[in-house]
Amino acid sequence: MSQPSGIVRATLAKDLRLEWRSKDAINSMLFFALLVVVIFSFSFDPLAEESRRIAGGLIWVAFLFAAVTALNQTWARELRNQALDAYRISPAPANSLFLAKAFGNFIFVIVLEALMTPLFIMFYKLRALGPAWELVPVAALGTWALVVNGTFFAAISLRTRSREIMLPLLLFPISIPALLAMVNATTNILTGEDSSRFWIVLLGAYDVVFTIACLFLFETVLQAE
Amino acid sequence: MKRAFPILAVLTALLLGYSFYEAMFVAPTDQMQGDVYRIIYYHVPSAWSAFAFFLTNFIASVVYLLRRNLKADAVAVAAAEIGVVFCTVVLVTGPIWARPVWGIWWTWDSRLTSTLVLWLIYVSYLILRRFSSGGQAPVLAASLAVFGALDMPLVYFSIWFFRTQHPQPVVGDGGSIDPRMWHVWLLNWAGFLCFGLLVFWKRYRLEILQQEVKETQALEALDPRSSQ
Repeated sequence: MSQPSGIVRATLAKDLRLEWRSKDAINSMLFFALLVVVIFSFSFDPLAEESRRIAGGLIWVAFLFAAVTALNQTWARELRNQALDAYRISPAPANSLFLAKAFGNFIFVIVLEALMTPLFIMFYKLRALGPAWELVPVAALGTWALVVNGTFFAAISLRTRSREIMLPLLLFPISIPALLAMVNATTNILTGEDSSRFWIVLLGAYDVVFTIACLFLFETVLQAE
Repeated sequence: MKRAFPILAVLTALLLGYSFYEAMFVAPTDQMQGDVYRIIYYHVPSAWSAFAFFLTNFIASVVYLLRRNLKADAVAVAAAEIGVVFCTVVLVTGPIWARPVWGIWWTWDSRLTSTLVLWLIYVSYLILRRFSSGGQAPVLAASLAVFGALDMPLVYFSIWFFRTQHPQPVVGDGGSIDPRMWHVWLLNWAGFLCFGLLVFWKRYRLEILQQEVKETQALEALDPRSSQ
């Protein structure tokens, strides 16, 4: 059990079980994303041709905002009964906790995306003209890009006043290249005008760079006094 | 050290005055743009100064993370604040110049957008410092600075790819610039850097004093007799 991978598994299983029973994160994310979809479709009312061009942006903005509501709850859960303090004084490696939390958020956001995508297709009359299978790596890499930094910055904003507001303020500027890549890759796939290969590679590079940075710095941030 | 500050202040005033004169009256008027181009003497040196201060902030943040030296943290705070001021000057003077010359206030060109993103990252850095209290603020801020530095190449690269497919306005290449213009540029940069250093010095002293006040207060809270 004291293996780092064992700790990851145990923490992840605990978070998933908690989520399965309470459904706090997924419900709030789903409802939030639904609201964004409905409000956007009121304000644009696009034709099929037009919506191909703007859907990439809409989809990712909706997922980004929805993900923030889940990311904010990541560490808040551990504050009850001083669970986080207990973790800090335990000899368990900090990175196991970080990875478990990041994997947990990744699963939540991927589930959200899987549930919301049919709705987007319905409301915006979407049909991809490019290779649709490329949306899978874009979604996976893009979600990891949001979630790995989001989990890290949620741990930072946990230590500040008005922490719920801090997270998007820290996360969005850093995520700009990842968002640009996600939006452009999705738009290229939907319109079929251009290859999205470059953007997928960029997302991969972003993921590698920031996963390493998070693993390097997480313990420092967790132990900050 | 105490005498150095007024000397630097006088030097700054002289340099700024002289470089203003050079930029406004001595530097040759641009063939294509006329006098409006002179704002470039404030725009470009501000950009260089901003990057210099952001680089200082990054280095100080790394030093803080490695050594936990509070002086490095004071350097990081002061450099970030002054960097944001210079960067704001860049972002304000840019559109003022671009409107008459390019005919537009703003374009999502790679250099403009990267500067804007850099500004956004450092504003979020300052907000983080404002909202976090106590001994953890330096650690949190320093790790954000490292993330920002890692982000910048990705930002530049992504926007460069995004926008170079479209025609974009181009500033004259380095080769076509009159050597007298270079001279005025560097002179202005020297003046701006001196001014930045002057403010930086005061801000650094202020931060060190605040750290001392906090430390004294913490000690007094531990031991009431020490305050007498």
